[in-house]
Amino acid sequence: MRDKLSGAFKTIGLPRIIIFSFFLLVVFGAYHYDLGLPALFGSVLRRWGMFGILVLAMVPAIQCGIGPNFGVSLGIVCGLLGSLLVIEFNVSSFLGPWGAITVAILLSTLFATLVGSGYGLLLNRVKGSEMTVSTYVGFSAIAFMNIWWVTLPFTSGEINWPIAGEGARTTINLASSFGELLNKAGGFYLYGEESTGLYVPTGLLLFFFLMCYIVYLFMKSKTGKAMSAAGANPVFARASGINVDKMRILGTAISTSLGAIGIITYAQAFGFLQMYNAPLMMGFACVAAVLIGGASTMQARISHVIVGTFLFQGILVIALPVANKLFVGTDLSDIMRIIISNGIIIYALTKAKGGASNEE
Amino acid sequence: MNSQYVLKMEGITKEYFGNRVLNDVNLSVRPGEIHALMGENGAGKSTLMNVLFGMPVIHNTGGFSGTIEVGGEAVTIDNPQKAMELGIGMVHQEFMLIPGFTVTENIKIGREKTTPGIASRIFGKALERLDVDSMRKDARKALDTIGLDIEEYVKVKGLPVGYMQFIEIAREIDKTGIKLMIFDEPTAVLTESEAERLLEAMRVIASKGIAIVFITHRLDEVIAVTDSMTILRDGQFVKRIETKETSAVEIAELMIGRKVEKLLDDTTDERVLSDENIILSLKNYFVDMPGERVKGIDLDVRRGEILGIGGLAGQGKLGIPNGIMGLFDAEGTIVLDGVSIDPKKLGDALKKGMGFVSEDRRSVGLLLEESIEHNIAFTAMQIKGSFLKNIGVGKLYDAKKGRTHAEDMIRQLDIRCTSASQQVGALSGGNQQKVCLARALALHPILLVVSEPTRGIDIGAKKLVIELLANLNRREGMTVIVVSSELNELRSICDRIAIISEGKIASVMKPNDSDADFGLAMAGYKERRKGS
Repeated sequence: MRDKLSGAFKTIGLPRIIIFSFFLLVVFGAYHYDLGLPALFGSVLRRWGMFGILVLAMVPAIQCGIGPNFGVSLGIVCGLLGSLLVIEFNVSSFLGPWGAITVAILLSTLFATLVGSGYGLLLNRVKGSEMTVSTYVGFSAIAFMNIWWVTLPFTSGEINWPIAGEGARTTINLASSFGELLNKAGGFYLYGEESTGLYVPTGLLLFFFLMCYIVYLFMKSKTGKAMSAAGANPVFARASGINVDKMRILGTAISTSLGAIGIITYAQAFGFLQMYNAPLMMGFACVAAVLIGGASTMQARISHVIVGTFLFQGILVIALPVANKLFVGTDLSDIMRIIISNGIIIYALTKAKGGASNEE
Repeated sequence: MNSQYVLKMEGITKEYFGNRVLNDVNLSVRPGEIHALMGENGAGKSTLMNVLFGMPVIHNTGGFSGTIEVGGEAVTIDNPQKAMELGIGMVHQEFMLIPGFTVTENIKIGREKTTPGIASRIFGKALERLDVDSMRKDARKALDTIGLDIEEYVKVKGLPVGYMQFIEIAREIDKTGIKLMIFDEPTAVLTESEAERLLEAMRVIASKGIAIVFITHRLDEVIAVTDSMTILRDGQFVKRIETKETSAVEIAELMIGRKVEKLLDDTTDERVLSDENIILSLKNYFVDMPGERVKGIDLDVRRGEILGIGGLAGQGKLGIPNGIMGLFDAEGTIVLDGVSIDPKKLGDALKKGMGFVSEDRRSVGLLLEESIEHNIAFTAMQIKGSFLKNIGVGKLYDAKKGRTHAEDMIRQLDIRCTSASQQVGALSGGNQQKVCLARALALHPILLVVSEPTRGIDIGAKKLVIELLANLNRREGMTVIVVSSELNELRSICDRIAIISEGKIASVMKPNDSDADFGLAMAGYKERRKGS
């Protein structure tokens, strides 16, 4: 019994136990202050699905050896571009909203695969400092695309600034294309009624789990195994005849594509495309979530994504109103978010083992 | 007081974690004498030098017993600084020079000559100006002593390797009061003519009354330049002899000679080996593996034999398998069973029927975090597509097949573990080695290359691994190449042993050839041996 307990303790890991306890604590707090738990939980579920695929993008990146992909913003801008094109050409008018989101996903994935491959080539030249480089690639990608968001010749009234008539707005309404499409597909109130009840965004969650399953299957395939080996031990992989650089490019491309699909899922759940600097720090939140879930900078599994996203978003959603209640008059919400996400990243990096420190 | 010897080390005994690496070793050197310290890899030469220099690695692991006398006085050397103060200098195998500094700066580093200036009067000695002229003069003098004709103001970066060695030496002789210099395999990286000049420089230094301890594997250099030598074998002191009273053959015998412990019981041998039936043929084969370069060899491996590849570390024996596998740049023709292998194509050798167990078990051989099952299945899955199941859109790893196969191998090879899903990182060295073997065998190779099969595993496991290889060969008819630095191991199972020296085949020998012949071949002794 004792062995089993300590074994379970080991597999779950101290950080998750602490964070889960904290989660329970804030849930209790929310109940105590009567903050409307059903609606809060509904919000947790929604954000779980919203961020899930973006966090999932970390798995192929970490497994192929480039580490947590701070540059997932590259995929994000590809996703934004794909969505903009769908709105610009008003795809939903002749293919319907489902057609629109499918086209957006396909287009974005295509862009992301190309961009991701190039990004992989870059990361192959900076082996050993991928995390630093990817952070700045992420920042630069956002800044670079900011130029294009202003200058691309969009003509759709949904996209352009209403007065100037050119350049993309900071937030673009998706109501006419695919806003909340997945959320509402099969969505229902599990408890309570509109606006205060627990809404289950069935389609969104199913799509998230489907993507998880696809990545899981890929990781079990021959190529997936080769990619993981290339990340875990490049010399070993070479000795088994695997082209390590190619595997890293593949992992980076998949990660970038998942980033693109992730932002589309996120945007449809949110109801708006957020342009310009909105996705600037998204990479950090994704890295933090997967690390909370138990991943390291060397190894990440699907379970880490599912658990990590739930805990990370759950704490954010529930802790903030509780904190605001506790410390009246302050606006702790954003500060908390920053402390939690960056704190977790630092924690994980101190645990990171690489190169020489693996030797005993 | 007896000051006949400039250095006298007596009864030096050193244990690392219960493993005795030096046992009652003596070393004594007279002033102005060139004294060779001889022994195979692992004989204890480096440890002895670490003791002499008071290296932290010695004192962090419980120190040593025995006495050291320098110039007739007993001393305790507990840090390298102390050794330098006593006038002991070291010329390193890897150059410790700063590329961006000039020759003079490199020679005088840490011992700069300075003159006081305004800043130094206010802020102290650290800000005194460099007396460049007088430093240059010193450097020139040191360079002239050893006959190196280069300008003292050029930067070290870009100089030929041979020169760097000389600059190191110049730095040592520039130190005042130097009495003893250690040369740790100084000729290993030099060309032949550079090596000759180095030996000449050693003679000059010795003639000035400075004693030299010369660590090398090259017998001909020892014969040519030294006055006397100390021979170590397996941490034991064998003999101190005067060079003129001995011969290369005797030295070789003293270095190698040991009771052959039997690693393999006699088995019936029904194999038919023939020089016509060649399974692997290497022609004009070069490998650019740092530290283990192969410089053009021709080698034929007969079908069904166990071929040993031996030699000292750094001579190129490890480069041979690594080059074939495409892990390092290789050139030349490699023909396996009638099909030529392209070493530039990663995995080509594996596809064409070679199995490979790397010498570097922990970093090349295994995925330490993964299970035994995955480690065994991995290469066969990648190369041959085994252990996969089709699910329509693609192929997935077939956990059932992989598990059954792993359990089979665990039984066959007697891998001691809790289950096939145990992490290989948690296994003992011997069991890890068996997992590596199982991984290679899962490919069903026609030729198995095993590099350093018993490195770092205990004697019991050693015997098991050797028996396993012999069984594969005798029962399954698999051709096996064993690359090993343990001659004894090769002699107990191989049909022929190719000794590699300086990247070339020195000789292909039979396991029952004499110790002396093996010793001479390993030392790359260039004189023709009689009877071969």
